[in-house]
Amino acid sequence: MQPVTSAFVTVTVNGTTYEREVDARRLLVHFLRDDLDLTGTHIGCDTGNCGACTILFNGQNVKSCMVLAVQADGADITTVEGLAGDGELTPLQKAFSHSHALQCGYCTPGMLISATALLRQNPSPTEDEIRKALQGNLCRCTGYVNIVEAVQTAAKGGL
Amino acid sequence: MSETTVAPTTTETEAPQKGFIGINVPRKEDQRLVQGEGLFVDDVKRHGMAYVHFVRSPYAHARILSVDVSKAEELDGVYGTLTGDEVATLTDPFFQIAPLPGGHVKDYALAAGKVRHVGEPVVAVAATTRELARDAAELVEVEYEALEAIVDTERAADPDAPQLHDDVPNNTIWDGHFDYGDYDGALEAADKVVRIKRLHFNRFSSTPLETSGAVVEYNRGTGQWTLHCNNQFPGFAIIMMAPALRTGMDKLRFVTQDIGGGFGNKICTHPQLVALCLLSRKLKRACNWTEWRTDQHMANSHGNERLFLDVEVPVTDDGLMLGFRARMIDDCGAYTRYEPLGCIIWAQVTPGVYRWRNVRVEFQQVCSNKSPCGPNRGYSRMQHLWFTERIMDIVAQELNLDPVEVRKKNYIRSEEMPYETPNGCVYDSGDYARCLDKALELIDYGSIEERRREAESRGKLLGVGIGSTLDSGTNNFGQSQLVNPDLQFSGNNEVATVKLDIFGEIVVTIGTTPQGQGHETTAAQVVADILGVTPDMVNVRAGHDSYWNSHAGFSGTYASQFAVTGLGAVKGAADMLAGEIKRLAGGVLGGVPPEDIELAEGFARIKGNPEAALPFMACGAIVNANNAGLPLELRDITLNCRYVYVPPHQVPDKERKFGNLTLTYATQIHACVIEIDEETGAYDIVDYGAVDDCGIRINPQIVEGQVHGATAHAIGGATHEHFPYDEQGNLLTPNFYDYHVPHAMDMPPLKTDYLESPSPFTPLGAKGMGEGGGAGLSAVCSAIQNALRSAGGAIVYDSCNPYWRVWELMSEPAKARENVTVEAR
Repeated sequence: MQPVTSAFVTVTVNGTTYEREVDARRLLVHFLRDDLDLTGTHIGCDTGNCGACTILFNGQNVKSCMVLAVQADGADITTVEGLAGDGELTPLQKAFSHSHALQCGYCTPGMLISATALLRQNPSPTEDEIRKALQGNLCRCTGYVNIVEAVQTAAKGGL
Repeated sequence: MSETTVAPTTTETEAPQKGFIGINVPRKEDQRLVQGEGLFVDDVKRHGMAYVHFVRSPYAHARILSVDVSKAEELDGVYGTLTGDEVATLTDPFFQIAPLPGGHVKDYALAAGKVRHVGEPVVAVAATTRELARDAAELVEVEYEALEAIVDTERAADPDAPQLHDDVPNNTIWDGHFDYGDYDGALEAADKVVRIKRLHFNRFSSTPLETSGAVVEYNRGTGQWTLHCNNQFPGFAIIMMAPALRTGMDKLRFVTQDIGGGFGNKICTHPQLVALCLLSRKLKRACNWTEWRTDQHMANSHGNERLFLDVEVPVTDDGLMLGFRARMIDDCGAYTRYEPLGCIIWAQVTPGVYRWRNVRVEFQQVCSNKSPCGPNRGYSRMQHLWFTERIMDIVAQELNLDPVEVRKKNYIRSEEMPYETPNGCVYDSGDYARCLDKALELIDYGSIEERRREAESRGKLLGVGIGSTLDSGTNNFGQSQLVNPDLQFSGNNEVATVKLDIFGEIVVTIGTTPQGQGHETTAAQVVADILGVTPDMVNVRAGHDSYWNSHAGFSGTYASQFAVTGLGAVKGAADMLAGEIKRLAGGVLGGVPPEDIELAEGFARIKGNPEAALPFMACGAIVNANNAGLPLELRDITLNCRYVYVPPHQVPDKERKFGNLTLTYATQIHACVIEIDEETGAYDIVDYGAVDDCGIRINPQIVEGQVHGATAHAIGGATHEHFPYDEQGNLLTPNFYDYHVPHAMDMPPLKTDYLESPSPFTPLGAKGMGEGGGAGLSAVCSAIQNALRSAGGAIVYDSCNPYWRVWELMSEPAKARENVTVEAR
């Protein structure tokens, strides 16, 4: 018997449903970036440490390099491109810019997704809770100072 | 020959009126980046593009006996391969900065004949997908004959050590003698001499979150390559690549847009870029290469590792240090690439922030079977400045001097600025003592003894530490002649164009390659103030493109210089454009002299008569699309102005290794408080203050962001980040599991403050900045040593102090103390 090396998946990403045949070994992050051309989700490591590829997977923040595309069959996914509806930035996106919580912008998509997941579960986090929620997302530019401040600002409903 | 350096000419150009300069204008870049709409290199796609994977050496040192790519090429979906033999036939070795014999190093895009570090690229494989390229790489058969590896820096120059490169005896890339002032006289005059046997600056790097990469296309009709890439110094890359590829510089078009961090680590990607050029030509298709994180750690660009041996510091009884003597060994890894420039770049800050007039250094750079080194945030100066701060704390401890008072006694004073160092560098401005006072205020230094007692009651050893950096910026490339007198590089430059287009759009291009520093925003602030518009009305093109004709030999973003070179070019071009608009408007408005025209709110108008005004849109339209009615004397006006900023550098004196090696010297003084657990050696940074003085700040929020980021790198480097190798030359931290970079829970709360000591030598009074993290590295080391005073008084001798090392220092303080002796004269 020939081993199965590919599968058909149906995935909803940012409200659009896609049907694709994917290699069984294709990582979800490569599926998003290379097959769907949603390049806002970034890759910063090979080991699941950096969090640049974080997405919302059925509402839960997940590192998309740690999931195979075939495992996403039937899933509802939100990437950074899906955060702002109708061109209106979310309070978190506005706060990130206002507080200068991004420099190169490479970790930003993952940070925004993790922070979005946090504020949905805990609308008024303490600084410690913010830091804990973001510890799976590495940033090499900001030292996290302004990222934490931005999440606090968004939580307080500022901007 | 003049005995002293001629200080750079004080700039006398008109400073733009301050409107948007100096305020926190929101960044133009953010709108796209917070929506995932940036364009990073791996986001670039081309039809039929090949994905490239490098087969890399599993050995630190081995002869390549054979390479067989046939099985890989037979795999369905593989487009082709490139081997070291092909590279050695089709290209010449890269130009070497080192003089002979170090200049005998032969460095190619792929290993030719021999591999010299684990992870060195040996074969490149191109296929339809990333996964397939990786599979095919597994099928490449390389037969090696393993050779003994040398990884120990101190042993590398031993005659019996394994030799890396033919005709580079004793693995010595460069050595040189630096002698400034009168060191023997200083030794005579000293009351005490403090000797430190050995200090070690650790190997680590900034590890930008985006790894290196490129999409390279070859145009067969024109013979030109287009390199969509994240190289941060195209000026250097083109100089290295064009001769190697036996082609002209114009055949290499560099394009960058968003770059996910660089920190110097993306300067030396030219070997991989050459491999991609060859592959894209051979395979007749665009080739994508995106480095894996593991490859980035094993084979990209590490920060230089440095040993300071036989250090000697003459001191007078009142705590004045007269200078130092040391033997320094810098380890550049397997290939030289940007090296041996690190052998001179430290000399930009020879005495650090101190008034040390007598210095004698024997400097040697060796190669070893480890990843090549390259610039890394604070390149070469960070190592040296850490050394100066270690001297300060060790001498203070041994002679029982107060660490604050002894610093203030030895600091160069603000009234001495501009200050010429013993080797002819001219520190432009600064007030180190005031910066220190501010840093101490941030950590509430007055309450330290009380907090120390309180910490003791909880089983914690509290320590306070101080560190400094001089973030020297706007390099004088003439310093390269001090390592190799035959080199023909000197000065520096950057280019900008500013134009006014038909519909009144203001368009700016710059030769720089920003990686998060907000160049689009700060350039718009400067142009807005000069042209009397708002930053929103200024369109700054993102990134770098050689096609824009806005680049020069030193274009790029590196070495803390944008605020001087980049914005200097932007200001120059905007001033030219403002002059043209005024001439044009004056002519059109009836022969009004240009000096009577002012630019405001998007109009050129007659001063005192705002009704008589020409909108920018009309200016742009007249010159670009309706010029037949223009009088002849105005027809030279193009409204498209290109300016090359050239800093006022001179060629240094090669014989004496003397001269001003860089234009500006931004200051950082950091202070921190740590608590060490008495039982385990684990420690926390509980208070942190960073004071930065980079002259006039164009956008204070961006400056502060750089301070935060550089400090995070410092804290990472001081506490955990380390590239250790085993005896066989295997890197032990090749990924983010093993190489621990600070995450949000690791970072202490950072408090910041600033001073603005304008540079008298730069167009905007600004200084380049962003590389001041070294202050934090020194401050953490200083605080650890301070905390251990009551636990045996160990000396902190390494720049990286993970918990286990602190535990060692606590357990065996005598061992660390063997490193230091004091001789009374």
